[in-house]
Amino acid sequence: MAKTKNTHTRRLLCQALIASCALGAGGAWAQQTIKIANIVELSGGGATAGTNFKNGVELAVKEINASGGILGKKIESTTSDTQSNPGIAKGLTQKAIDDDVFAIFGPVFSGSIMVSMAESRRAEVPNFTGGEAAAITEQGNKYVFRTSFTQATAMPKLARYIDQKMKVKTLAVIYVNNDFGKGGLDSIKKALAATPVKVAAEISTEPGQIDFAAAVLRAKQSNADALFAYSNEEESARLLRELRKQGYAKPIVGETTLTGQKVIDLAGDAANGAIAHVGLTVDAPNPAIRAFRAKFEKEYKYVSDHNGMKGYSGVYLLKAAIEKTGKLDAKAVAQTLHGLKVSATQQPGVLMDVSIDGKGDLDRESFMVEVKNGKQEVIATVPALGAAAAK
Amino acid sequence: MTDFLQLLLSGLATGSIYALAALGFTLLWQASGTINFAQGEFVMLPAFAMLACMSFGAPLGIAFVLTVLLAVVVLGWGFKRGVVDPLLRFGMMPIVVATIGLSIAMRNGVRAGFSAEAHPFPNLFADKIFNVAGVTVTLADIGTFALAVAIVLATQAFLSRTVTGRAMQAVAQNTESAQVLGIDVPRMVFYTFAINATLAVAAALLVTPTYLAKFDMGEGLGTKAFFAAIIGGFNNSRGALVGGLIVGVAENLAAAYISPAYKDAVALLIFMLVILFKPQGLLGRKEERKV
Repeated sequence: MAKTKNTHTRRLLCQALIASCALGAGGAWAQQTIKIANIVELSGGGATAGTNFKNGVELAVKEINASGGILGKKIESTTSDTQSNPGIAKGLTQKAIDDDVFAIFGPVFSGSIMVSMAESRRAEVPNFTGGEAAAITEQGNKYVFRTSFTQATAMPKLARYIDQKMKVKTLAVIYVNNDFGKGGLDSIKKALAATPVKVAAEISTEPGQIDFAAAVLRAKQSNADALFAYSNEEESARLLRELRKQGYAKPIVGETTLTGQKVIDLAGDAANGAIAHVGLTVDAPNPAIRAFRAKFEKEYKYVSDHNGMKGYSGVYLLKAAIEKTGKLDAKAVAQTLHGLKVSATQQPGVLMDVSIDGKGDLDRESFMVEVKNGKQEVIATVPALGAAAAK
Repeated sequence: MTDFLQLLLSGLATGSIYALAALGFTLLWQASGTINFAQGEFVMLPAFAMLACMSFGAPLGIAFVLTVLLAVVVLGWGFKRGVVDPLLRFGMMPIVVATIGLSIAMRNGVRAGFSAEAHPFPNLFADKIFNVAGVTVTLADIGTFALAVAIVLATQAFLSRTVTGRAMQAVAQNTESAQVLGIDVPRMVFYTFAINATLAVAAALLVTPTYLAKFDMGEGLGTKAFFAAIIGGFNNSRGALVGGLIVGVAENLAAAYISPAYKDAVALLIFMLVILFKPQGLLGRKEERKV
């Protein structure tokens, strides 16, 4: 019954669309539904991340529509595949703007959003991304919004944890010598400068490196109290294996990647004991996240990763901003998003209390996880940077 | 000193794998005067074949045997009949170009079928660690090294001690005379290709737990093995072993004592020095090739 009704509504919508196009009244029609475009990686290297993000967005859209939409308007979402290619992402963003969308979700890859966000900026359309490169929000773009942390927001939290909870005095850093790794090294050094923790060794490794014997040896020689490992997935796995091989007995800390399921799968037993800071995890001991995990699993028959949470919470951020603005004006909504604070008790879909700053970066609680028996387990909750500073 | 030993041991394990792939280069060169630039992909493909077998529930041993059979047919017979035989009469260049093309096709084929992500691969050896005089050694390192050296030496012994092996060498040295003496030349050449394919599967078995099964894992491996073969001597099977070990150890030492950024340059540097001062390779002999 619901389905027939749904098809019926859709047919009506289609008719409305045709009619409005025929009359050249596209603008007037845009007020009837809130059109959003999902521009994500459904094939190529980013397929896993993109698919999760898209599923998260669609789940949120379905829920919001079922509970009456935003300001009484239903959301209508379309999805297109960037093939993990920045050029295609840019073209699709342009196309979505031509279709007069209200907001754009994706791409997830930093390299893609860096290119495509120029289009949404020009058209003054809010663009939510899963990208985590610091540079995305460094360019004064008033229309790009993150759904997750950056290196620059994650590292101060991690540094605080290393100092206060782990009581580490000296830290060896093994990083990968590319933009990601060097950015991470700079951020952690900057963050550690505010703490008494000293960096005992900076050990550079190459992207695609196979043999980490020399790197691990240098970490051991540095005699540091703990090791901070910051590399891509495969390299992290090989590094963990070499650390295990050489019997490295001190704590191994990382950021997100180090304890990702892919790294755990590749590193096997060697991943056990590794600790990392993660911005989002479905394992978090938080009722809203638990509920999300269950709904997502029911809908898609698998457990979401953090990208699913990014897409899902992103749509609810948009909802909160539109409701606060009180009208369907994309430019005004983008303005509202800057400086917006959303509490999870009022808007459970954002999953955690969150605040967005003037650049489009967000701040909220995050988690420390440890790999135990081949699974991530949350061992601590790290307060939001703003909250911790306020104390 | 213990640090040095640690690096040396680790380098020997890596080097012995380069040696296995390098041996394939020297064998094919000796038997048919061809250079196979898809050698790295010849290691990558069996890794995925074994993974595929295991995904159907076969244990590692059975997957290995099945893959050897498959490799002998596809990478041995198929490669010889499909690529080398039709092109050989036009000289070496077309084969070089064809194998480069083949390597690209194999890489992208695997990427399309198995995605661009790395896949874990079970280790042949148990996860055991020994501590000898401050140096930590794993069973995997020792096992890889021992097995690779044993395979190289066994191949060497097969070539010099058995009738078939000698016949293969005779074909390599002078095809016409070998034919006159009643040796089945095409069959001997096929044997070489079959042995090369088997070596590739063995290399895949040893290397994949560390490299991880990935579509581009053969790229670096093939280049290193080529350098190793040139350094050791392209026409000497034992040279492949020496070359492989030199490259593996030099890389590790360079990463620790110079910088990991120059790790890959070291093999290239030794390669250039050898080409300049001893073009036949460290263990190779000067040869006049028949025109």
